[in-house]
Amino acid sequence: MAWLRRAAAGVWEFVVGDDWRLALGSVVALGGAALLVAAGVDAWWFAPLAVPAILALSLRQSLKRALPR
Amino acid sequence: MTGSEAGLIAAVFLACAVEAVEAVTIVLAMGVSRGWRSAWAGVGAGLGVLAALVAVLGPAVTTLPLTTLRLIVGGLLLTFGLQWLRKAILRASGHKALHDEDAIFARERDAARAAGSAGRSGIDGYGFSVSFKGVLLEGLEVVFIVLTFGANQRHVGVAALGALAAVVLVVATAVAVRRPLSRVPENTMKFSVGVMLTSFGCFWGAEGAGVSWPGGDASLLGVVAFVLATSLLLVAALRRPRWHPAGTAA
Repeated sequence: MAWLRRAAAGVWEFVVGDDWRLALGSVVALGGAALLVAAGVDAWWFAPLAVPAILALSLRQSLKRALPR
Repeated sequence: MTGSEAGLIAAVFLACAVEAVEAVTIVLAMGVSRGWRSAWAGVGAGLGVLAALVAVLGPAVTTLPLTTLRLIVGGLLLTFGLQWLRKAILRASGHKALHDEDAIFARERDAARAAGSAGRSGIDGYGFSVSFKGVLLEGLEVVFIVLTFGANQRHVGVAALGALAAVVLVVATAVAVRRPLSRVPENTMKFSVGVMLTSFGCFWGAEGAGVSWPGGDASLLGVVAFVLATSLLLVAALRRPRWHPAGTAA
């Protein structure tokens, strides 16, 4: 079981990396576009607009962690 | 060659060159400090595992329906791209140390020398395992990029050629200069790769989600330009003094 845990941790590290917000943001960007398409909106603009928002959120968190309190 | 194919080759070439530079630094440090026999054995074993992964995953990936493939692969590329871009923006704005191959080489070499003497004969375990891990870990992302980009465009061969060209160029240069490739503009290349991965991921993922891009494939250029422009704006915003409290700027 230990090797399974290590493998799962390796896959998580490979895919999610050091900020889970980016992975969650990708799901929201593409999931949101899919939901809008299902509702009849051709939301080609949704994912590109989500990119700077996701990045800004993640960068803000990175800098908050670096700031001395 | 279509614009998409040219973009595919450029993105794969840049991503593979960056990963190859990093792997070469590690192998070089092991070669000079632990012996070349172990370093080359590690490289061979790492490449063997990567080749086996391509052989197993390649056919499996290409059998997926294109829409499903684009949604899954687009999502993964978008996630990887955002990770590359986040680090590149932090580096470009002075909030994270720049990648320095000379410093990494010195650190790896010193650690290898401190790890005790290599045996007089046979394979040195330390040199082998560090070279193996270096090639495998740096290569995994390359394999993923080649498979996903190639499968999406139904041109795995073209993507593989782009990757091979990058690896051959980097290894040949390293052999010629016999030192870490610290003059390669690695930080700029990482920024470019981040923009490309994010843009391709956004484009294919949204297509997999069902959107119709205005102008078809040509709108990929617009996505690349938009991601690049907003990333540069974020770099400019983070360079402003209010984001540079003592101790956080490089």
